[in-house]
Amino acid sequence: MEDVICTFCGSVCDDGEFDAEKKKVKKFCRLGSAKFSEKERIKAPMVDGKEVSYETAIEKAAEILVNAKKPLLYGWASTANEAIRLGVILAEKLRGVYDQCASVCHAPGTLAVIEEGLPGATLGSVKNRADVVVFWGSNPAEAHPRHGMRYSISAKGLLIKDRKQRKVVVVDVRPTKTAKMADLFIQVKPGYDYAVISALRAILSGNADVVPSDVGGVAKEKLLQLAEMMKNAKYGAIFYGLGVTQSRGRDRNVENAIKLIQLLNRTTRWVIWPMRGHYNVVGAGEVPAWEVGYQYAIDFSRGYPRFSPAEFSAVEVLKRKDCDAALIVASDPAAHFPAAAVKHLKQIPVIQIDPFPNMTTLLAKVVIPSAVYGIEAEGTAYRMDGIPLRVKKILETSYWTDEKILEEILKRVEKLKG
Amino acid sequence: MLVVELISGRTLDQGATVEEKLSEEYSKAVNYIELSEEDFKSLGLKEGDRVKISTEFGSVVVFAKKGEIPKGLAFIPMGPYANAVIDPATDGTGMPQFKGVMAKIEKTEEKVKTVRELLEAI
Repeated sequence: MEDVICTFCGSVCDDGEFDAEKKKVKKFCRLGSAKFSEKERIKAPMVDGKEVSYETAIEKAAEILVNAKKPLLYGWASTANEAIRLGVILAEKLRGVYDQCASVCHAPGTLAVIEEGLPGATLGSVKNRADVVVFWGSNPAEAHPRHGMRYSISAKGLLIKDRKQRKVVVVDVRPTKTAKMADLFIQVKPGYDYAVISALRAILSGNADVVPSDVGGVAKEKLLQLAEMMKNAKYGAIFYGLGVTQSRGRDRNVENAIKLIQLLNRTTRWVIWPMRGHYNVVGAGEVPAWEVGYQYAIDFSRGYPRFSPAEFSAVEVLKRKDCDAALIVASDPAAHFPAAAVKHLKQIPVIQIDPFPNMTTLLAKVVIPSAVYGIEAEGTAYRMDGIPLRVKKILETSYWTDEKILEEILKRVEKLKG
Repeated sequence: MLVVELISGRTLDQGATVEEKLSEEYSKAVNYIELSEEDFKSLGLKEGDRVKISTEFGSVVVFAKKGEIPKGLAFIPMGPYANAVIDPATDGTGMPQFKGVMAKIEKTEEKVKTVRELLEAI
């Protein structure tokens, strides 16, 4: 089958070729190939480690959720929009908390966007037009391996025809694999992104004289060189990563970077965009945004949605022990949350819906295996730039989809609640 | 003993094994720390040696590797080993500080836990 869509990273490559006999995919990167390779699955639904039918597991899951005062519904980045929609409805019915993986990934960028907006573009636009691309605290060579080839480094665009016509800059705290492909590498001291962005803003607004000789470990000459490159670009793009959102400054780093873009846009054209991780982490934010107005950290305990990451993000809720059950869909918080948050997850009944066994499976009371979207199930996902793509079903399976499982849970919850 | 600034992040190996969390391959992809050559030498380490990472928030034993990284900085792949020592404070954003935590590094004879053992220890 041709034009197979990859459901691993946010690049959501749509040009794979799948050999159904060998069960192998061509054209995809190492991450995509691993996604499409056969691996250990959760064999059957389980309650307390004992194999049961889907119906029994769903009944138990609904019972736990209905009996909880405030359940946490978390995950959603590696599933389809159709399933996420049901998750949001379920959170509202249960008066629980909806949060998603961006909470520990790119959500600080969302806070910055609320403050400043986001001058963005599609990846296609970057491929065709960008003559300067800056990767700031992002490392696509390891996290989005085909991004550079398809859109941002060696991509062959309509106006920017090849690598020679495109300048690539990497700003990072260490010489990453992506840095090795760059025309200019700027090594920043960890936690100094904000200061470096401020220095660039000062230079670009005609105040280079106030910039000291070294800012965050970067020599002023290098900052002047980067500012000149940015100013002279016909169309520039900053792709920022977790180096900016997970270090000191978090949302304020992104906010400052957007202000830098606004300044550049007085004289030329620049865009800025996050390098989103999971294939549908954008959907995990967009779907609740079009359902209830917010992207993450949404509490329904008062019967209407409230947004407050300081209170309702999964890590804060768990650290405060402010949930008494959890439904985890397509995610592994036991592996990806700080120990202080995992501690409470071990104390409460956890329901997991996932195709693969992971650390959350080890602590879950109810485990419901599901089909893999893009391989065993079709559905809609948003690529990192917000473009919706219909991911395909290429193999038959007896596993239920997340959508079907959630639909059944929702029915049982409605019945139990009366 | 050495004090470094610890950052966590993605790697290709971590990504390629992330849907096989209970496998040995995943464990291998995330149970190490990369130190600069200078810091690696100053601790008297050789490849395959184990180190204990201790921060204000916890400690974990991992394998030590030499990496292309500035002196005083250390890298650990994102995952359960990193999450045993990173800063859970979110400063009101919901986002823990996964990057930029001061950590003590010392050579140890203690064994590297499996992911199951790590979860049990929490």
